[in-house]
This record gives sequence, structure tokens and C-alpha cells, in this order.
Amino acid sequence: MTQFLGTVAVLVWKDLKLEFRSRDILVSVLVFGLLVALLFSFALKPSPGEGARLAPAILWVALAFSGTITVTRTFVREQEQGGLEGLLLTPASRDAIFLGKALTSFLFMLAVEAVLLPAFSALLAAPLLSAGIAVTAVLATLGFATLGTLFSAIAVQTRSREIMLPVLFFPIILPLLIGAVESSAHALSGGGFSRWLPLMGVFDALFLVLCPWAFGAIMEE
Amino acid sequence: MVAMVNKPSGVNPPAIQVRGLSKSFGDRLVLRDLDLEVSQGSFLALFGANGAGKTTLLRILSGQARADAGSVMVAGCSLPKHATTVRRRIGVVSHRGLLYDDLTCLENLVFYGRLFSLSDPVAQARQTLQRLALDSHASQRVRTLSHGQQKRLAIARAILHRPVLLLLDEPEAGLDRDSVNLLEGLLKDWTAQGGTVVMTTHDQARGAAWAHRAVVLADGHIHEQDAVQVERRS
Repeated sequence: MTQFLGTVAVLVWKDLKLEFRSRDILVSVLVFGLLVALLFSFALKPSPGEGARLAPAILWVALAFSGTITVTRTFVREQEQGGLEGLLLTPASRDAIFLGKALTSFLFMLAVEAVLLPAFSALLAAPLLSAGIAVTAVLATLGFATLGTLFSAIAVQTRSREIMLPVLFFPIILPLLIGAVESSAHALSGGGFSRWLPLMGVFDALFLVLCPWAFGAIMEE
Repeated sequence: MVAMVNKPSGVNPPAIQVRGLSKSFGDRLVLRDLDLEVSQGSFLALFGANGAGKTTLLRILSGQARADAGSVMVAGCSLPKHATTVRRRIGVVSHRGLLYDDLTCLENLVFYGRLFSLSDPVAQARQTLQRLALDSHASQRVRTLSHGQQKRLAIARAILHRPVLLLLDEPEAGLDRDSVNLLEGLLKDWTAQGGTVVMTTHDQARGAAWAHRAVVLADGHIHEQDAVQVERRS
């Protein structure tokens, strides 16, 4: 177990170091997210009441697309530099490799959300800085990063990966995104924690069990 | 000199034992009913035209690809059943460096050393860099190295964990004369310490000069090259 966690930590540390030096994921994703918030803000000019009604959909569209860029880039970087082949030649467990990559994407997405949530809150005039939204964001991001990492690993080995990832990934992640939108709407209407949250937790648990197993099977060849 | 090879204790099975190996891609049969045995401490040069299946064979031997049929034993373990153990015992140099451009030479080796659970990855990484004459580039990022230096670093990555078997896919390609001499010396020491080497190359003269045995992969089969069956060098 210690070795397993050690491998996960080594992989995350490596990815954080690479990102700190290249900044090619966080900067592009942040710019994209902020641009979406700015465009919707100018286009809709929402009043506080309208903002609370529109914010869940706008927020999760922006986070879904920025999350897709994040999970894709983490694997594309491995593929471009041959690192994935290098990782698979080590005795490191496939589960640990998968969870290391998923955890990296999860951390990157949380970092982006920590910047985007206050920005969306200000630009859409919606109170997005609440405990209900924070729990929703963490649960949705965990599931998104886990399943996204698996599909990214599949898509990165195909020629048309930019097309393959959304086509394969979004139909399966849709229930979790619907849960995130509903739960965010519930929190913004002052209802606190939504009944969607346990369901999102179940999705996360399912993805965390199935995805590492599927990754191991896919990476066999 | 510090031992470069961690030889497994006990009975010494062949480093590689392949029986009836077949592999196809779609309709194209690349390897057909192939047999190959490589004894421990030997150096095998593998020749063959482009597309003959040399890289495919190395990928199967390293557990990166699965055979359609046949049995494969590497470093005393059957593949794919004991793939994790095999990966611990082999070192691979492929066409790609398998290195991270934005990490330094030392960081790359320490990273891989940790994945191989080495007891002191930093010390072993420094030692390996020194063996490949890259110690002065330890804190240099990989993207700033020349092609030849990157290739040497890829070799350093492959031998870092002191494997018993080295699978090298054209390791000398792109190396200057000094680096080729360095590689030759390293591989000579390697086999002298009981390590096994399988190297693909298009340079038949070099392959024949370095190796104890040379074979040609053609039509999906291994053909022994009697003319270049070389005496084991001291």
C-alpha cells in the first residue's frame, strides 16, 4: 500500500513540476474559462436574480469544456514525450499510474475552479461562493477527472483524439453533469445541500472502481 | 567498478526463450511460428529489413505487446503472466527517448528510479549519469541536450535499475563516434558481468563486431547468420 501511494505521489509530483515549468495546461484553461464568463456576462447582462438562475448552466458548460482540455493535455503530454510508454515499462502498478494521472487532473481542475468560481460569481452576479457549490464542485470534478482520464488514455492513442474524446466521454459523464447543474441550482436558490449530492458520490465511487481496472485492461496493448 | 547488473540468484534459465511465436497486424503476419533462445550473459544482434518485425519482437519481449500465439519466457518469467516481474528485470531503449523534456537529466532518472523502487534513486541516478558521461549535464533540462546526449540519457534510463536483460532498438543511431565507443564499452562490461543484450541494428558490421551471435529476422522467422557467428570476446 505504501509503495502504491508512493507511486501515485511520484507521478503527481512529476506532473506538478512539469506544469510549473511549462504552464501549458493551467494558463490555457484559465484563459478559456474566464473568456466564457466574460462573454456570457456581456451577452446576458444578468441581474442578481437572473444570474442565480443562469449561472449553474453557464458555469458547468465552462467547467466541462475546460476540464476536457485539462484531462486531454495531461495525457497528450505523456504521449508526445513518450512518457506513457516509459511509465508502462516500469513495474509500477497500472492502477497507481491511472490514479496518479487522475489525481493530477483533479488537482489542476480544482485549481482552475478556485479562480473561476469567484470570477463567475462577480461577472454573473450569482452567489457561487457557498458550501453547497464547493461540495458540488469537488464531487463533480472528482468524477469528471476520473472518467476523463480513462477516456483521455483511450483517445490519445487514436488519430482523431480531439473528436474521439468528447464523442465517447460526454454521453457517459452527462448524468454527473446534470447532477452538478441541479445541485448548483439548488444551492443558489438557498436550499443548501442538494439530494443530488449522494448520487454524485455514487457515480464517483463507481468511476473510481471501474476506471483503474479498465485502464489496466486497455494498456495491456 | 560497481556492478551494473543485478543477477537473479539460483538456477540460470535462458534469458529469452520463445516458442512458436506469431503476431499479426490485421491481415499482415509479421512474426510466424518464431523460435528464439538467448542464453544469459550473451549478446545477440538482430538484423532485418525495415518492417521485418524487429521492433514488434522487442515489444513482445518487453511485455508492451501481446503475441497472438506461442510462449514467451523472459528473464525466467513467462509473459504476459509475470509482466511486472519481467519489467523489473529488463531495460529497454526504444526509438523514443521516453524522457520528459522539461525535467533535468537527474530528475528524469530519479523519477524512474522511484518508480522502480530503488533504495537510493539519487545516488544511483548520479552513478548512471557518470557511467554515460552525462554527469556534467545532470541539472540540464532534456530539451536543451543534443540528440546524441538524449540518446545516451535514454540508455542511462534503461540501465538505471540494473536489469539482467537489455533490449535495445537501434541504440547507436544518431550517436557520434565517441558515444558509440562509450556504448560499446558499456555493453561489453554488461555481458562480462553476466547481463544479456539483444540489440537491433541496421549496421551489420557493427552488430557482428559487438555481438556474440547475430541473427536475421526475415519472413517472420529467425535465421541464424553462420558467417557472423562470432567468438565470445573477452
